[in-house]
Amino acid sequence: MTTGIGARIERKEDRRLLTGQAKFVGDIKLPRQWEAAFVRSPVAHGRIRAIRKPEGMADRVFTAADLSDIHPIRAESSLPTYNASDQYPLAKDKVRFVGECVALCIAPTRAEAEDLAEQVEIEIDPLPPVIDALKAREADAPLLHEEWGNNLFLTTFFDGDIETLRKTAPVVVEREYSTARQCMNPMEGKGTLAHWDEKAGQLVVYTSTQVPHLIRTGISECLGLDQGQVRVIAPDVGGGFGYKCVLQPEELSVSWVARKTGRPIRWTEDRREHLVAGANTRQHHYKLTAFADERGRLLGLDAEITVDVGAYSVWPFTACLEAAQAGGNLPGPYDFGTYRCHTFSVATNKPAFTPYRGVARPGVCFAMELTIDAIARAVGREPSEVRKENLVPAGKMPFTNVTKKFYDSGDYPESVAQVERHIGLAGFRARQQKARAEGRFLGIGFSTFTEQSAHGTKVFAAWGLPLVPGYEQAMVKITPSGSVEVRSGNHSFGQGLETTLAQVASEWLTVDTSRINVTMGDTGVTPYSTGAYASRGMVMAGGAVSKAAEVLAGRVKTHAAHLLQCTPDDIRLADGKAWFGNAHVGFEDIARAWYLRPDQLPDDVETAGLEVTEGYKPAIDTGVFTYATHGAIVEVDPDTGMVSIEDYYIFEDCGRRVNPMILEGQAFGGATQGIGTALFEEVLYDANGQPLTSTLADYVLPGPAELPHFRLGHAETLSPYTRHGIKGVGEGAAIAPGGAIVNAINDALTPFGIEINAIPATPEKVLGAILRAGTLREASG
Amino acid sequence: MKPSPFEISCPGSLDAAHKALHENPRGTRIISGGQSLGPMLNLRLARPSRLVDVTGLSGLAEIRQTDSHVEIGAAVTHARIEDGEVPDPIPGMLRHVAAGIAYRAVRNRGTIGGSLCHADPAADWVTAMTALGATLLVRDGSGGAREIPMSGFMLGAYRTSMAEDEILTTVRVPRHSDRARWGYYKICRKVGEFADAIAGFVADPESRVCRVVFGSTGGAPLVSTELAQQIATTGAVPPLDTVKTVLRDSGLTLSDVKIHQLAIAHSRAVTEALSDA
Repeated sequence: MTTGIGARIERKEDRRLLTGQAKFVGDIKLPRQWEAAFVRSPVAHGRIRAIRKPEGMADRVFTAADLSDIHPIRAESSLPTYNASDQYPLAKDKVRFVGECVALCIAPTRAEAEDLAEQVEIEIDPLPPVIDALKAREADAPLLHEEWGNNLFLTTFFDGDIETLRKTAPVVVEREYSTARQCMNPMEGKGTLAHWDEKAGQLVVYTSTQVPHLIRTGISECLGLDQGQVRVIAPDVGGGFGYKCVLQPEELSVSWVARKTGRPIRWTEDRREHLVAGANTRQHHYKLTAFADERGRLLGLDAEITVDVGAYSVWPFTACLEAAQAGGNLPGPYDFGTYRCHTFSVATNKPAFTPYRGVARPGVCFAMELTIDAIARAVGREPSEVRKENLVPAGKMPFTNVTKKFYDSGDYPESVAQVERHIGLAGFRARQQKARAEGRFLGIGFSTFTEQSAHGTKVFAAWGLPLVPGYEQAMVKITPSGSVEVRSGNHSFGQGLETTLAQVASEWLTVDTSRINVTMGDTGVTPYSTGAYASRGMVMAGGAVSKAAEVLAGRVKTHAAHLLQCTPDDIRLADGKAWFGNAHVGFEDIARAWYLRPDQLPDDVETAGLEVTEGYKPAIDTGVFTYATHGAIVEVDPDTGMVSIEDYYIFEDCGRRVNPMILEGQAFGGATQGIGTALFEEVLYDANGQPLTSTLADYVLPGPAELPHFRLGHAETLSPYTRHGIKGVGEGAAIAPGGAIVNAINDALTPFGIEINAIPATPEKVLGAILRAGTLREASG
Repeated sequence: MKPSPFEISCPGSLDAAHKALHENPRGTRIISGGQSLGPMLNLRLARPSRLVDVTGLSGLAEIRQTDSHVEIGAAVTHARIEDGEVPDPIPGMLRHVAAGIAYRAVRNRGTIGGSLCHADPAADWVTAMTALGATLLVRDGSGGAREIPMSGFMLGAYRTSMAEDEILTTVRVPRHSDRARWGYYKICRKVGEFADAIAGFVADPESRVCRVVFGSTGGAPLVSTELAQQIATTGAVPPLDTVKTVLRDSGLTLSDVKIHQLAIAHSRAVTEALSDA
């Protein structure tokens, strides 16, 4: 059986991950290692008056005053109106959210470090907190960063002729939507272990990250070290989702203290720290006005998007990537001509916003998909018909949309038709009527999106980021025993990249993936890579491995031709061997000749050897667009407000599927997180900015009993612009569930004459709306 | 999330446990399965200087049956009840309630006595045992024992009428007749999480017992004799509005959503009990 591209093979990494053999930061133990615990701000906003270390503990407790030579995290942006923030790894002068690090304490064990942290006294003069992003925009709001004169990291404006439409459009639909603040909750929290390696002259930082090469740059710049003096190693990483793709203040302070004390120092984030200081994503507010004709054909959209960004601008993605993506991606897969959009990236007294799986699109998809259904209701048509008519038709591909996104390929309306068929829309309305007569409320909802994956250099540059991802490199080599090594500076934290990169190498070299070893995540031994985010891993690292493996296959053929007495063009690779007709030599023979018995090779031997590093850039730099439609059938219990998902169907197209099984796993995991967004997850604050959801008893994640049996279908429209036609897919399934599920809820609630326009749609929210609507309105149809 | 320093002792007898408790009653906590106290220790919300582990005390793990009662040792786990080790004081109810507590991993360690003494308003046993009219046998340090009826046990959220030097040893559940009916319904956002609303209902025409209890009200379980009498008289599920009025008049601070959920849980519990005749 081939193990190349398209093979449904088990993951190489699963044996160690499933049998407890994996090695996370928490599993590493170095001689003389101590543990760190942080003193974190107990107030949302305040001025630090004093920090007092316990008696005799000056060399075990560190504050901003100790770290005076460290540069703050400052993410610059080239976008006009942008305000940058300085985030000191240990708060200096002011604290701006509950959970912000104020002091770092070290001790032989974590429990002792926490005992020490309790004894540190901090005096803070409280300032009025800014909790509501809409109020934070007002002129008299308290200021987080006084020097700005407002609370706006960034405002953007995309203009369109909305005023004409307002006078002429037959149908106008106005809505406000909101999405809750969330925590990403990877199973493994953040963790960092740093020590100074005297022999190498390097600070070695083991850290749970998606972007080891970026973190090396960040640590070097903030600590004033040459990049050669820093080695970052991401060992096994238990989930990232974006949480681990930015430079974290803890990475800096732990590194600084390790260097200062000469002792290995580790910090392991616990769940409470995560739920408080990691409450950093998804919170959007939308004011939308959609203009349509009598059939529901979308003519234009006027949008105001407010993103609750929190206190600081993360490096390198800034506080503004979210709003930039929201404004750019709101029109999504739809074909319409007029668009106006204001975005506001607002500073509040909450943890610094970090992009989470789907980046802005779960919010925009929710807003857009609910709007499509609202238009359909306004014109009295089946929402899925209106949806299909508004999507970019296949005949227009490739298509440049109103925000100049270049959609490379696909058949968007067909993805809706596929879900209609598989979820049984045709028979559903009759079933729904019958159920209503029995007092049961069923609803059906759809949600379609495009996912810009592997967006390239120009796209990131246009977002004004301080650090622009470039082109990806990878190394592939044959070992002296004929097995294969792949090295990539990208990283795998659950997406199965260790397997899929091996499959790409196997595609060219025909060696079984069991004989292909993939090394990632260590800046000391891998080619530079900007890392794993933005659904770029498979396209970019896969492309680089493909190119390197292709060149290496050519070298293998050259050496094989010497051994088989023919020309390289005569050689065919199959089953991990080089064939000339029926004669063959194995990779082990070729490797032995090159490494151990070069005397067997001719004088004019190709000396470049059996090790190749190649770089890759897709033919276009604007990203390739995966798309999908999700469909849900739900039942709402009008007495309890509980929503149960009866059926869930996903139809997606991500181009060439490198490993269909991994892709299905990505879809299940992503959709599960999307269901969390739709129905469960919500960080709540009181009026003082105190988080009310600091344990998993309060912050509710969906569990197995809350999930439907996901069903999946696929199309494979190859991208014309990438190696093997691959498109990125890692984030996709997390995007659509909010739209599909809440559209289904609203469909079910039609007889009550109410809509849910905020997620999560908790029982309290749904039941509250039903109770407020009063008695059941007679169903009109 | 590491606890502040504490000592732990695992006494071999109830007397030894009392002795340990007596040395420093304020700074000592009894620990049983640790499924609630454990997280509170890790969050440093509970900071005892000493824990006394009672799970190893033989008497506390015993299950007995008398003519009138089923007696469950305080350290009997939810899992043992779920698995049917406890004789039925009323057919099926204990197993049903036990199986609905949190997750199996929690049920394997968590104990009925620990859950009652912790007195979380949203926990199951405080409501279920109130509906069943159970009494709790407690022993103090001088060897004295007393029985506390469930109706007078829980004073409020996380507060009970037990004295500092008392240890709960046995939960005594009256045996009901074959004609007894019960219903127990809880509304949970997520399987295994604490409930948003709980209603329990037990009726035994032979002993002329009829109890209506609401749980997860933010305090002690709410017992409604008014609703119980109405059901006993009419043999029917009371109208939702009647139940809501009772809840509104209860003196508890309850939101409209909460009142509705409690009323619905009640209606479903009573319907369940009356329909399986």
